Amino acid sequence: MVVVALSITGVINRTRALLAGRKGIRFFQHIYNVRLLLRKGSVYSTTTTALFRIAPVVYLGSALLASLFIPVANLEPLLSFHGDIILVAYLLALSRVAIILAAMDTGSSFEGMGAAREALYGALVEPALMMAMATLALFCGYSSFAEIFSTAQEMSVNLTIVLILVAYVFFIIMIIEAGRVPVDDPKTHLELTMIHEVICLDYSGVDMGMIHIAGWLKNAIFATIAANAVAVTISFHWWFAAPLAILVTGVAIGVVESLRARNKLSRNITYILTIVAMAALVLLTGFLLIQNIEI
Amino acid sequence: MKLYLTTNNRASAVELSNIPIVDYTELYRDLSERMSDTRYHVAHYFATEIESGLRFYLILLDDETSEVLITSFIPDYYAEGLASLTSIHPQFHPFEREMHELYGIPFDSHPWLKPLRFSHDRRDKSSTMDSYPFYSIEGKELHEVNVGPIHAGIIEPGAFRFICDGEQVLHLEIALGYQHRGVEGEMVKSANRLRQTLIAESIAGDTAVGHATAYCELIEKFANFEAHKSLRLERMIAIELERIAMHLADTGALATDIGFQLYQVACEALRTVTINTTQAWCGNRFGKSLIRPMGSNHPLTKAKIELICKNIADVRRRYNEIREDIFEAHTLLARFEQCGLVPKGEMERIGGVGQAARASGVKRDIRLTHPSGYYTELEHHPILKSDGDVMSRLATRLDEVIQSADYIERLLANYTPSQDITPPDYNAPLKANSLSFSLVEGWRGEICHVALTDENGAIVKYKIKDPSLHNWLGLAIAVRSEGISDFPINNKSFNLSYCGHDL
Repeated sequence: MVVVALSITGVINRTRALLAGRKGIRFFQHIYNVRLLLRKGSVYSTTTTALFRIAPVVYLGSALLASLFIPVANLEPLLSFHGDIILVAYLLALSRVAIILAAMDTGSSFEGMGAAREALYGALVEPALMMAMATLALFCGYSSFAEIFSTAQEMSVNLTIVLILVAYVFFIIMIIEAGRVPVDDPKTHLELTMIHEVICLDYSGVDMGMIHIAGWLKNAIFATIAANAVAVTISFHWWFAAPLAILVTGVAIGVVESLRARNKLSRNITYILTIVAMAALVLLTGFLLIQNIEI
Repeated sequence: MKLYLTTNNRASAVELSNIPIVDYTELYRDLSERMSDTRYHVAHYFATEIESGLRFYLILLDDETSEVLITSFIPDYYAEGLASLTSIHPQFHPFEREMHELYGIPFDSHPWLKPLRFSHDRRDKSSTMDSYPFYSIEGKELHEVNVGPIHAGIIEPGAFRFICDGEQVLHLEIALGYQHRGVEGEMVKSANRLRQTLIAESIAGDTAVGHATAYCELIEKFANFEAHKSLRLERMIAIELERIAMHLADTGALATDIGFQLYQVACEALRTVTINTTQAWCGNRFGKSLIRPMGSNHPLTKAKIELICKNIADVRRRYNEIREDIFEAHTLLARFEQCGLVPKGEMERIGGVGQAARASGVKRDIRLTHPSGYYTELEHHPILKSDGDVMSRLATRLDEVIQSADYIERLLANYTPSQDITPPDYNAPLKANSLSFSLVEGWRGEICHVALTDENGAIVKYKIKDPSLHNWLGLAIAVRSEGISDFPINNKSFNLSYCGHDL
């Protein structure tokens, strides 16, 4: 899990550099950057309150806690109980609420805009997340990640296809959560177009470092779930699922970011709703298939 | 009575005494009729101090006959005030605002009489940037977003005040004037013409060649000097090289703003090739030191001609591939098409010029309508697009690069290095008591320089107009009713100059 979290950004950067015909930065440059941030102090705006200072801790804490529930194929997670998939979903929602409140706290018009966008996309993407998780739960009859991915199961071809679609839904949710192209552009310097970046504008030093680490963790959570869903059908071992999570997501994001433009901001809503619709379809198909098999 | 003195962009300087001094009411009546015809647009309109007050000069361009109409008037504005020409035609607005700011002239019924650039010699020193009267709309649903004046990147200062309904922009007001450079004053402070050339190159850093050419042509008209054919051709090649380099940079910048890495890096690489070619020619990547009055320090040699031909052919080929790909990149088209519309009528009303105007279908191109230098011998067909959206402004760039590359290749193919280009002459006597103007189509649009000399032939008044002066309003119109997040791509599609405005 930690390796996945640390490596995805490196793979994205390397893919982008290769496609641009450049040599690219060091593979672990993003880690050095964050190490530098963690050594620095923070600067706080005079208009902010305690809320602004707590938010990064909550943001990182909830992401960290959520990641503890995620197994990597046959590697057991550290924490697990019945129904933890709901907890994970709402821990991620909590982290989002924390950072949105902190952004509103600064009183900046840019951050207000960013917070409004982040809240809207968060609300829209949540049904997709819940339905994708429900599909997984449905297949296995369990409601914790550890149990869902506890055993390699014999799957029919139909179910395999559905699971690969579930993985795709998780991948898109990751793009939306992580603020990557086509929904958002982490490389942009234009505040007016930012979504995720703009709500972190006032953070510096340690706080910024924590936000970066939480971002990696969130990426890793979704990438790992997606990889697990694929691994269940093919080869259920951690040595298969972890590289799958790193390489496929990393390369896919790198390629997408090099070869297409961002969406117009108003088009993002359609884009997210498409994923919600797809998650609903996957859930329905999965449900029908399961019924057929049982009957 | 004759209202205008008729001349053109190739004739030499005109004597001030030949410029009619007309009655303002009569001129006003004539203009209210004339300006309804889109063949006319204003090149410059300014006032200058004389013993008995102010003399106003108006330079009007007739795009169909290539004629330039010059007139002047000496009104008693304190007694009567002046009826605003802006209420006849909005394209007068920056000129009247400037005169109001400098001399306190009360233009009656001017709808937007706000300070223009806060120059040091403004009349009302209590008018400062902090008290800039931003337009505001009351409403519970609305919010204001202020961007600037300090730019988050590395470019220049300017305040953008958006009034938004959610994500949608209702109104954008652009307040410039943070630089106080006093360029026009510097141009007359010293008679050293090398110094003046260097200042001209720095009016707008991205149009060094364009402004330097405008300055040199203006001086040459005063000195009654006809540039040798080879010199004119080399200047034209320099302008077209600058056009190619800047259009390449803007294509790349537009790709950057939509997060499209592939075209970004491709265009950046090509721009480097182009500006390095300019550097190989004159030692400066932006073409500074290349254009000098009445001669050149860097006449082309055989080796340089070969290098330019080789590099431009390469850039043309590679850019053409990008150009064809762009029309098939659907994610890019989805962002640029139907975004930031400036219809033809609006563009004409604000007096839009240059590449942005041509993207809206307004046929304004000095190379065609008022050619000077080598352009007189060239049959130029301006690239016109009709939609006036971001995509059209990109498409004019795409096509103009190819067109400019064709010109350079064609002209250099049969060109042999000339021995007739003399070193520059900074001391030629200038015609006394005259007015000289020059019009040059820079990459961004129409550049106009005007100067007046006194009885000793010394320049006493120097006025500069960068195309940005008109087109900033075009940007404000383009983003109306667009999403605020589409402002950056609109901004890049115009790519206007802050310092060209803040002279």
